[in-house]
Amino acid sequence: MKRSLAAAAALLLAAAPFAATPFAAKPAVAQESAEILNVSYDIARELFAHINPVFAAHWKEETGAEVNIDQSHGGSSRQARAILEGLQADVVTFNQVTDVQVLHDRGNLIPGDWQERLPNNASPYYSLPAFLVRPGNPKDIRDWSDLVREGVQPVFPNPKTSGNARYTYLAAYAYALEAHDGDEEAAREFVGNLLANVPVFDTGGRAATTTFVERGIGDVLITFEAEVNNIAREYGDQGFEIVVPSLSVRAEFPVSLVDEVVDRRGTRDVATAYLDFLYGEAGQTILAEYAYRVHHPEVQARFADQFPEVRLIEVDEVFGGWAQATEEHFADGATLDQIFVNR
Amino acid sequence: MIGTTSTAPADAHHIPRALVPRLLIGLGIISTALFIVTPLAVIFAQAFSHGVDVYMANILAPDTLHAIYLTILVTVIVVPVNIAFGIAAAWAITKFDFRGKKLLLTLIEIPFSISPIVAGVTYILLYGAQGLLGPWLIGMELRIMFALPGIVLVTLFVTSPFVVRELVPLMQVQGSEQEEAAVTLGASGWQIFARVTLPNIRWALLYGAVLCSARAIGEFGAVSVVSGNIRGQTNTLPLQVELLYHDYNTVGAFAAASTLTLIAIIALFAKVAIEYRLGDQRAHA
Repeated sequence: MKRSLAAAAALLLAAAPFAATPFAAKPAVAQESAEILNVSYDIARELFAHINPVFAAHWKEETGAEVNIDQSHGGSSRQARAILEGLQADVVTFNQVTDVQVLHDRGNLIPGDWQERLPNNASPYYSLPAFLVRPGNPKDIRDWSDLVREGVQPVFPNPKTSGNARYTYLAAYAYALEAHDGDEEAAREFVGNLLANVPVFDTGGRAATTTFVERGIGDVLITFEAEVNNIAREYGDQGFEIVVPSLSVRAEFPVSLVDEVVDRRGTRDVATAYLDFLYGEAGQTILAEYAYRVHHPEVQARFADQFPEVRLIEVDEVFGGWAQATEEHFADGATLDQIFVNR
Repeated sequence: MIGTTSTAPADAHHIPRALVPRLLIGLGIISTALFIVTPLAVIFAQAFSHGVDVYMANILAPDTLHAIYLTILVTVIVVPVNIAFGIAAAWAITKFDFRGKKLLLTLIEIPFSISPIVAGVTYILLYGAQGLLGPWLIGMELRIMFALPGIVLVTLFVTSPFVVRELVPLMQVQGSEQEEAAVTLGASGWQIFARVTLPNIRWALLYGAVLCSARAIGEFGAVSVVSGNIRGQTNTLPLQVELLYHDYNTVGAFAAASTLTLIAIIALFAKVAIEYRLGDQRAHA
């Protein structure tokens, strides 16, 4: 009895030193090496896993110093919250402007003019809501107007819980506004019909993808163009097709240094270079390969085939910015709730 | 069991009566197969769906390997602490009488009734940069949240009742006569513990430790709040499974999940083996 107990206890504890040794031997830190943490949104891991080593090589060539970039990914509102609570992010690369802004508003970790520090409102790349349809596009879906037809089932997450779906909502609304010469009532009716056609409202983009791809529900999945391309590639054997509508909303992917952190850790130079790299030709090429639209003229020209022409509207211009759009459309009792109830 | 309880002699030949136990057993088997065996099989089928090479490549990916390491490290810290705490608490509760004993017992069980996510958020509110102790910790250059200490703390919180819960009932049944006898024979406190108490509770202790390890390894909710999700640094195995899944790396996610499943199965067998010994001991107690 005694021996078997001792053996069991030993077994339990034996794992400790055994497990610790092989991994503890992390590469010795060279003298001029730096480590920065890029805190980012959910689906950007592959993208930055690709960009980081290229930047590290570039940085080494420029300065002779090593840099190691750590990644953290999650819903960007949640990530912003973690940074406010002390997650040591040197840079943020998010998919919602409001989630960067909160770092200034709630924690004063970045200056209020962060969007002016880098070109294009501090968004090195952008995307837009686009469509993924089933093989052969059997319902002949070309534009937003096709989504409100009877018998067409669009799939996108709940605009109440998903930033992604808010873009979809606003794009459909903006399209209807244009089609009806600015008639708000008609636009509300159009979006109401669109929402009425949605068979399932998932809480997030990934869940909506599962609904469309794996459960086989719906005729068209609406999400960011980059994600649409990603899914089409990931499930290449299923023959999904990509459709870009005539009009959509520009979805910005804002980036910023987290000044409070880089100043304390002494990483301002390398973190700044990292963000600048996203704007350079090498960085923009990788972004374009991941189906994000970019601003660099030569990269744009090279990838022109991949990105069909689309007229983009800005949330700031048509909806008066995100704060106003939220208040008018997504807050409790606002337009979304009204048309959802009245459907 | 069922066979012996359904001995209604008069109706023994009556088919419907005889059918009931069989039906129930059949239902039990079917639902076990449906809800437990199938998902388990799916985990391994998916993990190996692209062959052993891809499976091994996914397991040996640095981030997953680090997640395994971190999970084991956390468990190795948490379980001994909980064993020490569990013995001390159970000892105090069962061998001594004092005011507030019931309250102590209730407090110890709180982690069972609180959702892990609440535990995580509470720790953030306490140790986070905007939390109660946050500014002071930052001043001291101490990092608790989004680092190993935070993960260990919340795991400790979530798993703290397991050992006590196993020890208290057993020690209550055993009473303190043997210890009292040892005192009259002149044993010191430490001798009593090592020679009398510990041998009496060892199987319950081990059982609690196994449950505690299983939970420490599998904890998701509380850890996900305080981890910060830094890949290769603060991602535990359950978090890694979720992240791989969100990255469309299904094979990677299931490969990581298969290691968790294996650990769970081992823990289960250990549990059954210990339960067997424990049952023996209780029968003799």
